[in-house]
Amino acid sequence: MKKLFAAASVLALSTTGVWAQELQIYNWGNYTNPKLIEKFEAETGIKVTITDYDSNDTALAKVKAGGHGFDIVVPSNSYIPIWVGEGLLMETRPDQMPNFKNVKAEFVDVDWDPGRHYTVPWQWGSTGVVVNTKYYDGDINTSAMFLDPPEELRGKINVVPEMGDVMSLSIMYYGGEPCTNDKEVLKKVRDGLVAAKQHWLGMDYGNLEKFAKEDLWAGVNWNGSTFRMRLQNENVNYGYPKEGFPLWMDSVAVLADAKNVEEAKTFQNFVMDPENAALISEFARYANGINGSEPFMPDDMKTAPEIVIPAELVEKGVFTPTCDPETQKLYTRIWTDLQK
Amino acid sequence: MAEVSEMSEPTAGALEREAERDDNRTRWLLSLPAMIIIVLAAAGPLLVMVVYSFLTPGDYGNVKWEFSTQAWVNTILQRDIFDDTLMWADAHLSIFWRSLSLSLITTVMAFAFGLPTAWFIATQPPGKREFWLFLVTVPFWSNLLVRTIAIQELIRAEGVINNLLLLLGIIDEPLQMMFTNFAIAFGMTYVYLPLMVLPIYAAVDKLDFRLVEAAHDLYASRWRTFWRVILPLIKPGIIAGSILVFIPSLGAYVTPRVLGGGKNLMFGNLIELQFGQGRNWPLGAALSLMLMAAVMVSLIWYVRVTSRERSDV
Amino acid sequence: MSEPIRQPRRGYSVRSLPGFAVVAVFTFFALYAPILILVAFSFNAGTSLAIWEGFSLRWYAQAAANEAVQEAAVRSLILAGVAASVATVAATMAALATTRTRRFPGRTMIYALINQPLMVPEIVTAVALLIVFAWIKVATGHTSMVYLISAHTAFCIPFAYLPIRARLETMDYTLETAAKDLYASPWKVFSRVTLPLMWPGIIAGYMLAFVISLDDVVITEFVKSAGQETLPTFMLGQLRRVVTPEINAISTIILAAGAILVSLFFWLSRGRR
Repeated sequence: MKKLFAAASVLALSTTGVWAQELQIYNWGNYTNPKLIEKFEAETGIKVTITDYDSNDTALAKVKAGGHGFDIVVPSNSYIPIWVGEGLLMETRPDQMPNFKNVKAEFVDVDWDPGRHYTVPWQWGSTGVVVNTKYYDGDINTSAMFLDPPEELRGKINVVPEMGDVMSLSIMYYGGEPCTNDKEVLKKVRDGLVAAKQHWLGMDYGNLEKFAKEDLWAGVNWNGSTFRMRLQNENVNYGYPKEGFPLWMDSVAVLADAKNVEEAKTFQNFVMDPENAALISEFARYANGINGSEPFMPDDMKTAPEIVIPAELVEKGVFTPTCDPETQKLYTRIWTDLQK
Repeated sequence: MAEVSEMSEPTAGALEREAERDDNRTRWLLSLPAMIIIVLAAAGPLLVMVVYSFLTPGDYGNVKWEFSTQAWVNTILQRDIFDDTLMWADAHLSIFWRSLSLSLITTVMAFAFGLPTAWFIATQPPGKREFWLFLVTVPFWSNLLVRTIAIQELIRAEGVINNLLLLLGIIDEPLQMMFTNFAIAFGMTYVYLPLMVLPIYAAVDKLDFRLVEAAHDLYASRWRTFWRVILPLIKPGIIAGSILVFIPSLGAYVTPRVLGGGKNLMFGNLIELQFGQGRNWPLGAALSLMLMAAVMVSLIWYVRVTSRERSDV
Repeated sequence: MSEPIRQPRRGYSVRSLPGFAVVAVFTFFALYAPILILVAFSFNAGTSLAIWEGFSLRWYAQAAANEAVQEAAVRSLILAGVAASVATVAATMAALATTRTRRFPGRTMIYALINQPLMVPEIVTAVALLIVFAWIKVATGHTSMVYLISAHTAFCIPFAYLPIRARLETMDYTLETAAKDLYASPWKVFSRVTLPLMWPGIIAGYMLAFVISLDDVVITEFVKSAGQETLPTFMLGQLRRVVTPEINAISTIILAAGAILVSLFFWLSRGRR
């Protein structure tokens, strides 16, 4: 009798328990503000679990293989056409959700998700150059900072090993378009990179300390990361290469085989709210794509040169497209040659 | 067990053969759990890799189920990117050579520091030994990444070591240790040290010191005793330790990247690239199978060399 | 055991080798220097792992409040404990079977198989496991920790096996034969003679396996399912963003916990001696 009662109560509790609904988010590591999740859980009663990935390729491979258990994923723009093409995303029509009106005009109709049928903006940023202006006082808004560095900076340069971003920057420096397979341009790119490499000290992530402590004086880096460096060392400045620089945007998508569809849609709507978008930005220090979030953003982000692109250079920012497989192979060969 | 009966009667009788078969079966049964686990969760899935190495790369990663030997060819031969001439895949070869030399250096350094450490621990009084052993492994309970960053702090231009040397007046200017090959070797040795210490410790612990005593009684110098008596006796431990350091370090890439600056790919990076942005899983599979084959050959050689025939005991 | 019976007549003990103690002590210092730095910076008031800005307990407070990290840390420890235990048992059995013996059919194959996880870069095993396990997960709908546990156990086995084997190879059969001559059953011979003699090797193997599992990132990253974050994979994500001393705080806690646990173990086992 006792056993029956115990079993029954366990059953009852598990079906009508406190957390009746749940959501499995698959996101970049250290990219989700815990305060955002707390707010979401408090407002909706949905329990959220976050699992991390560290690269678009890992995420793609894992989800494609199946049996993952995630509902939401946050891929970068250049990968989203791949996700859609492989049938991995659910067409949730965020453009018909209540909060959609808050999305900034320039991010509504984007190349990788026309009309926003699948994804919702999470954060966006740029990849450019970082220079410690104590050691160099010329114009820093150029990719020459790492491709043809001035005397003063040689030997103290770091280039983040992001093949896509570095290739885009280099191609645009040598006059091409991202994802080009013009062999003339690519030969210049390959030779230029290999020649420049001798002036580099390293090709690694995790450089905040090294720039702050001035082990490194220049390099390729993301804007948000450079922002954090500047907070530690005010001589560190971000440059937007005038030859062209890549923009990226991570967007929230629902997986085609998600189990908690309604909760996932709720989350997509939730992040389009200005206050919530500000929470997202405040954590990783990148801009978001939602109107009206400015009042809620931390003060230092409102005017930071890393976040607000100078008017004359806005045009030079290009969202990296998805390169076709043949071109991608070519780039990998060049990249391997560079690092051999 | 079977050894006793083997040593007693040389006549090849049915009884003896049966005992031998029993013995074989026992050995197989004992090895079974380890083998099953590995077949299910390590070696077995590798068959997938073998299959994949004969397929075509998918457009966006993964594979297309079309047979192709392109991947295997590309491990050693490639077409030049721009003029299509056939040539050796020198990128792969130079990367492999780099990883190989680094692994060798790491193994030697680990041995140089690991042997005295293991000896020291094993010659402590019995109660204390486990304590020192534990002391050796404790640093490795912390996370690799954090440890590596901490090592950086030691060898930076204004780091602890340089400051100490400057203070003692041994040098006038800070030594550039970061991002050098020295840094990589140091970091790798640090990471793999317990793998060398533990097996050697296990061997030294069982060393019969009466043999060492005997050597001394016969007027051998300490060095001679070490070389001719001690080393051969603890050889199994040394070899085990070397294997445990050498082979994993061949595929290492986090430590070399963080401490060496990452300008140059290690073999592990090269393979990882194929599964990542390179989107060429078949090539990644082929490259790693080649590595595995090379290593397997050396390991089999190890078995032959170290296992003595027991009948001559 | 093998203690010298008579006092050495020379001025030194046969157990000491010139310079070895110095190198050993230096090695211990070198091992712990980064650890001390790591622990020191866990008390950093600033956000950097290298720029000291004063003393503070903020990271410990943050770690205490960070459920995700705690869950990941606990999961890592349990995973390592279970994987190392199973691996050590399996490795011990395999070592007994393949060491100190004549050639028997299949010995080389067993040996190669057992060491196979060592021979392949982790990324390859990781992707292979992703594919195979994904098939199983889709077919059975089962996504528990069993996949991670089996993956970790598998690659821990060679790490446990080699020290145990090294130990076994230095043991001859004298004592075991003596026990048999005294009419001990095979099991008694094993449990009273062989096992205690092997014990240092088994401990060494266990510790190695535990540490290896605790630090694994690549295989775990690919095999994990939703909600199965471990500490290293959690930190991998931080690598590209920002690493804060919170990780130092967690590492220090784990170190301290490990130190306490193992001290307890030694204190208890001393009582048995």
